[in-house]
Amino acid sequence: MKICVCAKQVPDTNEVKIDPVKGTLIRTGVPSILNPDDANALEAALCLKDKYPDTKVYVVSMGPAQADYMLRECLAMGADEAVLLSDRAFGGADTCATSVSIAAGIKKIGDFDIIFGGRQAIDGDTAQVGPQVAHRLGIPVITYVEAIEEVSDKKIRVRRQLEDGYELIETALPCFLTCVKELNTPRYMSVAGIMDAYEKEITVYGREDLALTPEECGLKASPTRVFKSFTPPPKGKGEMLSGTVNEMAAELTDRLRKAHLI
Amino acid sequence: MAELRDLSAYHDVWVFAEQREKKLMPVGIELLGEGRKLADAAGCRLCAVICGSDIDDIINELFEYGAEVVYYAQDKRLDQYTTDGYSKVIGDAIDKYKPEIVLLGATHIGRDLGPCLAVNCNTGLTADCTKLEIDPETKQIMQTRPAFGGNLMATIICPEHRPQMSTVRPGVMEKPSKQPGRKGDLIKLDINLADSDIRTKVLEVVKTAKEAVSLTDAEIIVSGGMGLGNAEGFKLLKQLADKLNATVAASRAAVDAGWIDHAYQVGQTGTTVKPKIYFACGISGAIQHIAGMQNSGLIIAINTNEDAPIFDIADIGITGDLYKVIPAIIEELG
Repeated sequence: MKICVCAKQVPDTNEVKIDPVKGTLIRTGVPSILNPDDANALEAALCLKDKYPDTKVYVVSMGPAQADYMLRECLAMGADEAVLLSDRAFGGADTCATSVSIAAGIKKIGDFDIIFGGRQAIDGDTAQVGPQVAHRLGIPVITYVEAIEEVSDKKIRVRRQLEDGYELIETALPCFLTCVKELNTPRYMSVAGIMDAYEKEITVYGREDLALTPEECGLKASPTRVFKSFTPPPKGKGEMLSGTVNEMAAELTDRLRKAHLI
Repeated sequence: MAELRDLSAYHDVWVFAEQREKKLMPVGIELLGEGRKLADAAGCRLCAVICGSDIDDIINELFEYGAEVVYYAQDKRLDQYTTDGYSKVIGDAIDKYKPEIVLLGATHIGRDLGPCLAVNCNTGLTADCTKLEIDPETKQIMQTRPAFGGNLMATIICPEHRPQMSTVRPGVMEKPSKQPGRKGDLIKLDINLADSDIRTKVLEVVKTAKEAVSLTDAEIIVSGGMGLGNAEGFKLLKQLADKLNATVAASRAAVDAGWIDHAYQVGQTGTTVKPKIYFACGISGAIQHIAGMQNSGLIIAINTNEDAPIFDIADIGITGDLYKVIPAIIEELG
């Protein structure tokens, strides 16, 4: 099988802090990581490779040159090839424009049986690029995949997570699956993998390699614009109750009753 | 890509009315409430679009909640959501009737449908909006959403493409009041869908949440985090919840620890809630969690760590061991 994994390097939003004085994002010192859901996507691909050893796993990412580090992490986990789509022309892309470039990158690498992506990236949380890439490639998409029940060379059966359960869905290959964290536990990089990862070449494709016009890329191809961004106004600190546990419990219930909340 | 269009050809606000098993999802009603405000501000009609069959009751409901027009894709093959079926039929309807704005609930279905519709219609989509407004001058929709895990808010516009599309998280917008007996125009959509267009087959729909978890409708929520220490802690929260006729919920950390099903998760990647009272028990207050509950009426935080960020947004804070504080509250409630 030939499998593609779409991955993104993201700032670890758990580490992002707000400057308490300026009210702005502090991004210095925030580590860049492989987007968590994408790690589940890669793990899903590697599990299939474990089962079908003639499987080849490609990782594709769009981003700046620094994404090289994240791609080597993917190689160290067990991916065979890594491709970085990187060009100034891709800058400022919204999800719509991003999906055009990634779909073109995947097409250039070749025909895949399965393409995996994460459900969403933690910097934007949009969950849009995966289904949009699939739609542009003209293949069926199943989002929120939480379990893979069966794979043959022709079809796949998966569980698609819903808010209160799941759908059991079958589709023919090739297809695009976006993965949630419940799907698996991503493996660690192996020592041998890390050694190999630094030997390997990472293929870089720019706009011209993908035969895209400047109008098809980046900001120019983005229907949406960021009009403004701001940090949410902090809510004022509330009141801390004091006294013994019983006194605080009594004070609390008293207030709730007086406010007719209970 | 950047083809210029005649933007003046686009009118009306459309709301995707999502039905599952012939029941309208609550977010559909919330969107009608929000859609009404936008339609009034933009000076256009509020319409709903719905797919399925034998759903006359829902269609009446859509009129009663304020839709002036309901576009109905009546087809048994659309009873169950599929990406291909819905994105084809609704995409065709958008091309034909040209709405100016399309709103979808940011459910697991809306977040699947929206991106594909946006590609079909060659337009932009803004995900998980928490605030929508019409710019009085340009009449464009200003779509505000959290990014970077809720650390940053961004207002997004879609200046040169139509329709302007947004998904909105369930529980964020207010439901409008129902006007019993209110009627509107029903337009049945032409359906140009071959069986082979639907490439995924839904074999089964399984409900796993033991009870229907309706966090968005809950008036009081008792939520637990890592401070519970173990899954057993949710039993204590359930006791408090039962006293208050409340619903139990959890932080992502507690869900990730495997103590409770993800259906109970409140936060950026879980459910957004807006109850009258939110008890945060043993929840430190990661920004992702706060993003999902900060609009609650009254936030009560119980935590052993007096420096926990949750206290920065709580209305009432209690520093102490929740295993002592909660039983004391239960006793006070009698």
